[in-house]
Amino acid sequence: MEEILKKYKTIKLDDVKIWFKAASVNAFPKDGGACVKYKDLQIAIFNFSRLNTWYACQNLSPEKNEMVLSRGMIGDHNGIPKVACPLHKKTFSLESGENLNGDLPPIATYPVKIEDDFVYVGFAE
Amino acid sequence: MKKVIVIGNGMVGYKFCEKFAATEKFSEYKLTVFGEEPRRAYDRVHLSEFYAGKTAEDLSMSSANWYEENNIELHTSEMITEINRVQKTVANHRGDIYQYDYLIFATGSSAFVPPIQGVDKEGVFVYRTIEDLEATEAYAKKLKAQGKTEAAVLGGGLLGLEAANAVKNLGLNAHVVEFAPRLMPRQLDKGASDMLQAKIENLGLQVHLSKQTQFIQGDNAIEGLQYIDNTELKVDMLVVSAGIRPRDEVARECGLDVGTRGGILVNQQMQTSDKSIFAIGECALLNSMIYGLVAPGYDMAEVAVQQIIGGDAEMPGTIDMSTQLKLIGTEVASFGDALNEAKEEIDEITFENKRSGIYKKINVSKDGKKLLGGILIGDSSDYNSLFQIYINGMKLPEQPEDLILGSRGGDDGGLLGDVMDLPDGAQICSCESVTKGQICGAIESGEATDVAGVISCTKAGTGCGGCKPMITDLTNATLKSLGIEIKDGVCEHFELSRQDLYKIIQVKGYTKFDEVLDNHGNGGHGCELCKPLIASLMATINADTANEEYAIQDSNDRFLANIQRNGTYSVVPRVPGGEITPEKLIALGEIAKKYDLYTKVTGGVRIDLFGATIKQLPLIWKDLINHGFESGHAYGKSLRTVKTCVGSTWCRYGMDESVSFGIELENRYRGIRAPHKIKGGVSGCIRECAEARGKDFGLIAVEGGWNLYVGGNGGATPRHAELFAEQIDNETVIKYLDRYLMFYMRTAKPLQRTAAWQERLEGGLDYLKEVIIDDKLGIAEDLEKEMKTLVNKFKCEWTQAINDPEIMKRFNHFVNSEEEDDNIVFVPLREQKMPEPWK
Repeated sequence: MEEILKKYKTIKLDDVKIWFKAASVNAFPKDGGACVKYKDLQIAIFNFSRLNTWYACQNLSPEKNEMVLSRGMIGDHNGIPKVACPLHKKTFSLESGENLNGDLPPIATYPVKIEDDFVYVGFAE
Repeated sequence: MKKVIVIGNGMVGYKFCEKFAATEKFSEYKLTVFGEEPRRAYDRVHLSEFYAGKTAEDLSMSSANWYEENNIELHTSEMITEINRVQKTVANHRGDIYQYDYLIFATGSSAFVPPIQGVDKEGVFVYRTIEDLEATEAYAKKLKAQGKTEAAVLGGGLLGLEAANAVKNLGLNAHVVEFAPRLMPRQLDKGASDMLQAKIENLGLQVHLSKQTQFIQGDNAIEGLQYIDNTELKVDMLVVSAGIRPRDEVARECGLDVGTRGGILVNQQMQTSDKSIFAIGECALLNSMIYGLVAPGYDMAEVAVQQIIGGDAEMPGTIDMSTQLKLIGTEVASFGDALNEAKEEIDEITFENKRSGIYKKINVSKDGKKLLGGILIGDSSDYNSLFQIYINGMKLPEQPEDLILGSRGGDDGGLLGDVMDLPDGAQICSCESVTKGQICGAIESGEATDVAGVISCTKAGTGCGGCKPMITDLTNATLKSLGIEIKDGVCEHFELSRQDLYKIIQVKGYTKFDEVLDNHGNGGHGCELCKPLIASLMATINADTANEEYAIQDSNDRFLANIQRNGTYSVVPRVPGGEITPEKLIALGEIAKKYDLYTKVTGGVRIDLFGATIKQLPLIWKDLINHGFESGHAYGKSLRTVKTCVGSTWCRYGMDESVSFGIELENRYRGIRAPHKIKGGVSGCIRECAEARGKDFGLIAVEGGWNLYVGGNGGATPRHAELFAEQIDNETVIKYLDRYLMFYMRTAKPLQRTAAWQERLEGGLDYLKEVIIDDKLGIAEDLEKEMKTLVNKFKCEWTQAINDPEIMKRFNHFVNSEEEDDNIVFVPLREQKMPEPWK
């Protein structure tokens, strides 16, 4: 199970080599998320429309290694955009990936861009 | 750097390290710990849970790297065999020598095995370490393979009963054999012992009192116990739990003073006869006593730490041995001088209810002014209050029996009255020794501003947690006394309470989360607390389903199913009142088979189908709806079930049609969103087979109508519902319930069950009756009208979902692929399946 966590590494905008065309913007609820598949990765994408920003992170909750983060509620804690895992409401920053209410390891985050009403996620490979 | 060596790595030895590491001066010391067991210190108090599935790691007192992180050297599987007090050195069994400036004995105790002929036979065990438990378990397995099932536990004290429970958990028939004429002879009187015996015998354990064992029968392996009275008990295994013996052998050899019956002699500073050597926990003889409880052991650890770093802490000359625990599922508590060992002239007040298995006794001074001690069996919920009254010598009510019977008539202000009347020295948290003064002080000094702050800066409530309600009350009362308004904003995004938000949404007619947030929030973007709350409020106020604005719904409401451990879901269709036709039952089975779902009857006696993927949910529901089922709302903060017994339609004792009425009530309140889940129960007679008094609302048929009970629940703090109205007809029940539930939905805090809401309602049950029955606030008509709207507007949200292509779009694991989540792994379980266990 440890192995699966290692597949997810934060990608900075500068590291992006591939922009993966994930889905139409309509596939994502306003201020909510959904999951996309890229190779053997599961990526949660959130349409934070109150901030007019999109975020992407691993769908894998690092607490128990289940693929559920895309189904979590989003919001903010002291201005930091976050997602709450549906299993035990562990919250993670959508920017840094840091666990905001515990000491779980951070989640990997990925750059997102919108072009012609399509959502693209940035990967290094 | 001064060297401190601890011999023994049990609970108290560990606590010493923890307390030492928490002091500011810790960096000036080097701490080395020797333990003869192969593992880190573990929780021996909960040892019986080892057989109930807990691992050694679960029971561990610390994380694997705790010692390293705190720079403490831990030697496991190493026994200290020699001490040279002149050189100030210790030597382990291999002869390695270590230097000390201070030496701590935390060697604990070993099981006392009485000198009975034959205790060395195969199949005789003690109950002390994880290794003992492993050996016992292996032997039990061997016995079971041979079809042998009988196991005895020698000793009916606290530990013996724990051991008996452990033996029962191994799947053997447990016999408790006690020399004294009663169980737990040091804590309980005859009445209490009888009640405890009846309760544990009900669970299948057998109790043999006044039995002295002469010898153990059998050739090589044990075959039975021969008693002195010429009777015998045929058993295949024996666990000896007849008391403890302090481990003082090394101390004895190096010339420290020990007691005549064992134990390393210490003074109030926990020093032995050698000033640089301390003894703490069960190996120490303090006040001529060996204290076998963990709380005094922790206090001793604290005193020893303080003495070493130059403090002046001391142990008191008498130590309170009051305890509250759960023994084989039964609440047991004793405090003060429960057995009148002082042999004074006292008044004993006892209350016994064999029907519900409750026994309470208090000892009161002849003048009726002082509570001296007491025993509680079966219901120890009043222990905290009684203990505070006893330990602080507080004034008793005019009728001291009110302490165990409750005030009968008049207003019921709780046993203690006002928590602020407690003296500052009153110990609120006995696990961490935190007083009322410290709790209130933390707030008065500004160090803490709420309950969470008080807990984190005083550590109160971090042990067993039993004192948390009192910490909350003290915190709120102190804040109030300082003129600080207690913030009951629902989260960081709203300063408004749930009740305020309810009114605002109702008056302004909001239908979108953003409208509420933009107009009444703090400028943030919401969170997992306020979003589902406002979704619930709008569902209640606007009579909506959870299909509106799905991104603000709690994750379960978003998918109209209960998320389980591996991210799959479970499905519970409504079966009103638990009545189901054979056709529907078969349909449920067929559907479960079709989708390969794990099937189980729930705690609320419905049928739960587990292991559905997101994609399967609508397919399963289409099939269910085709067979006439509808959503059971098991995923929502809404009505779950109205549990019924079979009632007068079939039952020869039934007084009324509990099933018919249960179905009517379940169909009436189905689907409505509330602050928390709601459960109901209807029993056809006072035998109460539907357990209605354990529900948020419960009805029991009596001569002349229904008795209505409100505000009960199971859960972490079980509470019986309180009698609200007697002998009322169906129509009146519905009228009262409509008003009651609506009033609860309007005024409760987020995620507050009816029990907690009712308990904290100012004015209590009497006030509630005035509002609901007498319509004191003049709102009864509104409440009924609002409830009627909800009832009339009900629609099944699953039927709504499968008929709406927009809603159906949610039910895919990926938005860019039709594949399923490949991370889901099931393993077989008793002809069905379960998710792979969490690592």
